[in-house]
Amino acid sequence: MGSVQLNLVLYSAEVILLLTLLFSLVVSMLSKNRALTLFTALLGLGLAFIDACFLYQYMPQFYFTSQLSHDNFSLFFKLFFIVISAFTLLFAYESKEIDQSRFPEFILLTLSVTIGMSTLVASINLLALYLSLELVSIVSYALAGFRKENRFSNEASLKYLLYGAAASGTLLYGFSLLYGITGSLNLYSISAALGSAYMEPFALYAILLMILFGFGFKMSMVPFHMWAPDVYQGAPTPTAAFFTVAPKIAGIAIFIRFFFTVFSNQTTTPGQWDAIPYLNWPVLIAILSAATMTLGNLSALFQKNAKRMLAYSSIAHAGYMLMGIVVLNHSGLVAILFYAVIYALMNFGAFFVVGIVGNTYKNEDIENFKGLGWKSPLLAIPMAIFLFSLTGLPPLGGFIGKVYLFWALVEQDYYWLLIFAILNTVISLYYYAYIVKEMFLDRPQDKTQVHVSPLATGILVTLSVPLVILGIYWEPLYTYLSSSLRFIVTP
Amino acid sequence: MMTIGLFHYLTVSSILFALGIIAILSRRNAIGILLGIELVMNAAGINFVAFSRYVASDLSGQIFSLFIIVIAASEVVVALAILLRIYMNRQTIDIEDVGEMKC
Repeated sequence: MGSVQLNLVLYSAEVILLLTLLFSLVVSMLSKNRALTLFTALLGLGLAFIDACFLYQYMPQFYFTSQLSHDNFSLFFKLFFIVISAFTLLFAYESKEIDQSRFPEFILLTLSVTIGMSTLVASINLLALYLSLELVSIVSYALAGFRKENRFSNEASLKYLLYGAAASGTLLYGFSLLYGITGSLNLYSISAALGSAYMEPFALYAILLMILFGFGFKMSMVPFHMWAPDVYQGAPTPTAAFFTVAPKIAGIAIFIRFFFTVFSNQTTTPGQWDAIPYLNWPVLIAILSAATMTLGNLSALFQKNAKRMLAYSSIAHAGYMLMGIVVLNHSGLVAILFYAVIYALMNFGAFFVVGIVGNTYKNEDIENFKGLGWKSPLLAIPMAIFLFSLTGLPPLGGFIGKVYLFWALVEQDYYWLLIFAILNTVISLYYYAYIVKEMFLDRPQDKTQVHVSPLATGILVTLSVPLVILGIYWEPLYTYLSSSLRFIVTP
Repeated sequence: MMTIGLFHYLTVSSILFALGIIAILSRRNAIGILLGIELVMNAAGINFVAFSRYVASDLSGQIFSLFIIVIAASEVVVALAILLRIYMNRQTIDIEDVGEMKC
């Protein structure tokens, strides 16, 4: 097979996504049928998923003149993002916040972000990394302001835009300095150049901070989190669910790839890394991780709006996931991937329930959940599963995810961070359990019925049942994720 | 006669970067903030071209700066569309007046 053909085959999942995007737009223009458009898009996502599964048979390699890397790490995240965007489209189909006639536009924007994220996790060159990051960011600004007439949605998109553009500008300046001191755009050449000569620590720290601004913005890490609550609250609920899961996990994925390739060296022990000399970034990340979870959880305590509460909780969960990076070893990274899968299920599910309840009440106040367990148990029981799993109570998936993260800390004797994490878990129990209490222990205030369509029931079951199963039997997923960590391929 | 070297380019770009950050932090008008962001991006562009000429042995930095110009343009297109929406709904683009969501 020729080299151009091979490159295109390795990139075929994204090509299929691109064709899906165009084709579903054409279908929507010809038929004006929303269900048919959704079906076309889901069919395309399914094809892309199957295609990405088939790509496992190719050897790990660099392609497109060493711009992108084909390895298990990027393939896992491709599959992950395809599934998440399929759920997002179903959610948008159910939600009343997305105008029926503008549903094709939503598909267009969501699939563009998905293409950006799939390319982002595979990129090993600063140019490809920056371009795909901007594809994710710029389209996300439009997605946040999807409800043009809604003032909150406008405000969300403006805040996202200003913070995001400032973050990516600073990231770009950091990249330019990194290019200056190493003379290369390829992550592996940069790593080699950093290892071969003495570098001024001051310059390295300046670059680190600038790059941290760009990546930290994507995963809403303190102190770059200020936009997150407003954006997640103001954006339409399907978009908010998508943002709290997909771009955030993409940010963590590229953070792992970048920092473990450029700012660390593999030690002689397999599955263990060391930070490069003169740059002690793991300690910085440890402090920021503790700050992120504490601030997220403490702010979530006082929220009256369910979406804003979940927004703060998603900040806290980014803090938990950062803990796995700090330990700089294989088990920490597997714990992050495992937690990312669980987090996607439970957080998306919680947003989905909030969106369905919001369809009836036209707002997302926590008051609306009063007595929901009596009115529609079909909605309240999955919600209870999602919330308890977010807290990390056994026997749900969230518990296993937290145990793996905590265990990675124990192995490396990071006890102070472990204590922070455990205290935060206890704090988070209060506000998650508060909603459960409202749903089951309080009597309904009004007679408003919350309508749950069969499709919504199906989505709730597909999100909540895996959480229960993964709480009991998680071994296959863990084994698969361990094999997904081969992102260091030798050129 | 003084020859222009890497140092001079870096001075210009760091001044631009600092001015951009100051504009982002101090402006109240959303267009002003966008201008600051443009300054930051162009400072990075100057850096890339200068480093490509004096440090690296290839042209990748210059290609990167071309992409920066394109990205900056597309970012501004989306930004102005959003600002137009906000102006239609609120008759202002002063960021201090836009914030309504508070806990």
